Amino acid sequence: MLHEPATPAAKDPAGPYKMRLGILMFVLYSLFYAAFVAINLLSPPTMGTIVFAGLNLATVYGFTLIIVALLEALLYNAMCLKKEAEYAQADKAAGAGSASTKA
Amino acid sequence: MAIIVFLLFVVFVVGLSLYLGNKAKTASGYYAAGGKIHWGVNGIAFAGDYLSAASFLGICGLIATAGYDGFLYSIGYLAGWIVALFVVAEPLKRLGKYTFTDAVDANYNSRGIKLFAAISTLVVSICYLIPQMVGAGVLVEPLLGIPHAWGVVMVGAIVITIVATAGMASTTYVQFLKGGLLIIFSAILVGAVVLRGFTTQPDQGGTVPFYKYSELAAAKSGDSISVSDPAWRVVEQKTVKGAPVMVKLARDGKESWWSVADNAGVITLKENQSVVTRKDGPWINGAPASPTNQLRQVGNLEKIKGQSDVSTGSLPSPLEFLSVITDKDTAVRTWKTANFTDGNGDKVTAYYPDVVSGDRIMRPGLKFKVEGTPLERLDFLSLMLALFLGTAALPHILIRYYTVPNSASARKSTIVAIAAIGAFYILTLYMGLGAMTSGVINPADSNMSAPLLARSFGELLFAVISAIAFATILGTVSGLIVAASGAIAHDLFDRFFKIKMDDRQKVNAGKISAFVIGGIAIVLGILFKGINVTFLVGLAFAVAASANLPAILMLLFWKRTTAKGIAASIIVGIVSSLGLIAFSPELYTLYGLNPLDAPIPLNNPGIISIPLSFVTLIVVSLLTPKRALAMA
Repeated sequence: MLHEPATPAAKDPAGPYKMRLGILMFVLYSLFYAAFVAINLLSPPTMGTIVFAGLNLATVYGFTLIIVALLEALLYNAMCLKKEAEYAQADKAAGAGSASTKA
Repeated sequence: MAIIVFLLFVVFVVGLSLYLGNKAKTASGYYAAGGKIHWGVNGIAFAGDYLSAASFLGICGLIATAGYDGFLYSIGYLAGWIVALFVVAEPLKRLGKYTFTDAVDANYNSRGIKLFAAISTLVVSICYLIPQMVGAGVLVEPLLGIPHAWGVVMVGAIVITIVATAGMASTTYVQFLKGGLLIIFSAILVGAVVLRGFTTQPDQGGTVPFYKYSELAAAKSGDSISVSDPAWRVVEQKTVKGAPVMVKLARDGKESWWSVADNAGVITLKENQSVVTRKDGPWINGAPASPTNQLRQVGNLEKIKGQSDVSTGSLPSPLEFLSVITDKDTAVRTWKTANFTDGNGDKVTAYYPDVVSGDRIMRPGLKFKVEGTPLERLDFLSLMLALFLGTAALPHILIRYYTVPNSASARKSTIVAIAAIGAFYILTLYMGLGAMTSGVINPADSNMSAPLLARSFGELLFAVISAIAFATILGTVSGLIVAASGAIAHDLFDRFFKIKMDDRQKVNAGKISAFVIGGIAIVLGILFKGINVTFLVGLAFAVAASANLPAILMLLFWKRTTAKGIAASIIVGIVSSLGLIAFSPELYTLYGLNPLDAPIPLNNPGIISIPLSFVTLIVVSLLTPKRALAMA
């Protein structure tokens, strides 16, 4: 018995683009996260430096990691939607072209 | 009040579950809610699944006792969603049907993968279930006044009812409801904390008088401590590893424990709280334990920006709240624990004060020794790695991708989850620090810090927050039991053993499995009482990241991956991570052994077990032929 998807999976021509984009964004965020861990390990007192409104680097960096995750996610979604729309448009145009050729 | 709100909530949740029961007549309905959940609902349900007892009770408790170190869990847990969104969400949705095993086995149809992936789902789900059940017991104990064990049994019974009636459909709506309510009421609680501001003498809104702990002048002659005040008599003194010297004093026939502080040769004795396990029962603070003689709640600011005996009143902004604590002249009275045996042979747990400056509270180092030995730093790195990689490998999170209609919905629901979870995790810092400074922490168990903080604003908020926390546990446990029952009924019975079942029998098999897993969870929840739930969840993340993530990532991104490679990496990931945990210092403490005798010096196994699992997959894949899928 095969492990077919729970719901039918439509063909997704934007899949390879989304995968490349996802990996790029994953790498960027990973580097940002790794820098946070590295500062904690290599220079812990630096995390106590006051950087903004009486808040130290640990707090500001921690909040930024959370906010950047959301911003990156929104950007990723916007770029995916744009690419999906482009392919849908091209698909529609190709469908219309083939219909007119047949006619 | 608390009991009424709580019971209403439970009745509503179970009622909703029964109402949705008609959606679980087919296997698709039971395991994947028919794949028809809206991405917005699924996103909040993701948050509901993810914001478990560990997040609400455990992280807040850890921040309340260890400051910023607790917040590191929030950061790591949230960062893990990046892996889920960018790497796993859409491909997994395209590959799978009901379970994690479906996804990793999609291209192989291998019996080895089916068996080991199902075992992995079971192991990770059970590891994750333990802290949820511990949290349930902790929560119900003060709320309903029943023992921890009965709380665990009650949660187990309700959850089994929910899962067995409607499976993933009811679980999803319970998660949606509880995820939304948790974020809303946490925001209300944080608003109340900021508006109340700080005081050096917190009294829980006038309901619990502030208790000022005494200090006594003392002298040291050799190793011997003497008290300057003749009203006090030294009974005995104990040297405790990793803690100050402890002194038992007597006055007017009452005995109490004090810790010795040596400040540049000036010796002071600081009043402790203590629990002494005597033959005639536990004694608390020198008197028999009773409903009126319990450990006092603790946690307060000694100084606010250098000033004693002051209150700030309402703070102008949430940032100002953090800024006040971060100030180097702010001092926080935290509490630590020392365990030893006294001269009578009775076991003593002493809770002793430790005043820490605000700037130390607000950066890493109080719990995780980032300035310690290389091994201690490696332990920290290991934890942060497991938190980052664990989320995208949790079976109960992965199966939620099958409840939405398409891969774009899987992506969008993940983004909703990141927004909701990120907002909540920022709130955890405020709730934890609020508890740390409001005199609400139970020194014997920090897990209740957030609900007890709510109680300092009145019984209504306490009742609502506790009911939501309880629903949090119900929801997460439901999701875990669905995942685990899917592993047994779908992956093992149906796929691996090839037991012929029609759709109805598959659903029944899932429900019977839910009963069995629920029973196991109840027993483990009772056995693990008293351990910080966030620590336990961190271990579940390490097991998930070690056993499942290498298989998922390599399957998606390395064409040479073979079925044997995946099966081997899963089993190596499980065995290595569990083995490292079993022989770690923290578990040695749990066994009642000396943690220094633990053969593995790390508490967090990820730094070893995750790379080991990756290497296993690569080596075995290179040594075995890649076989095309045998089309059935």
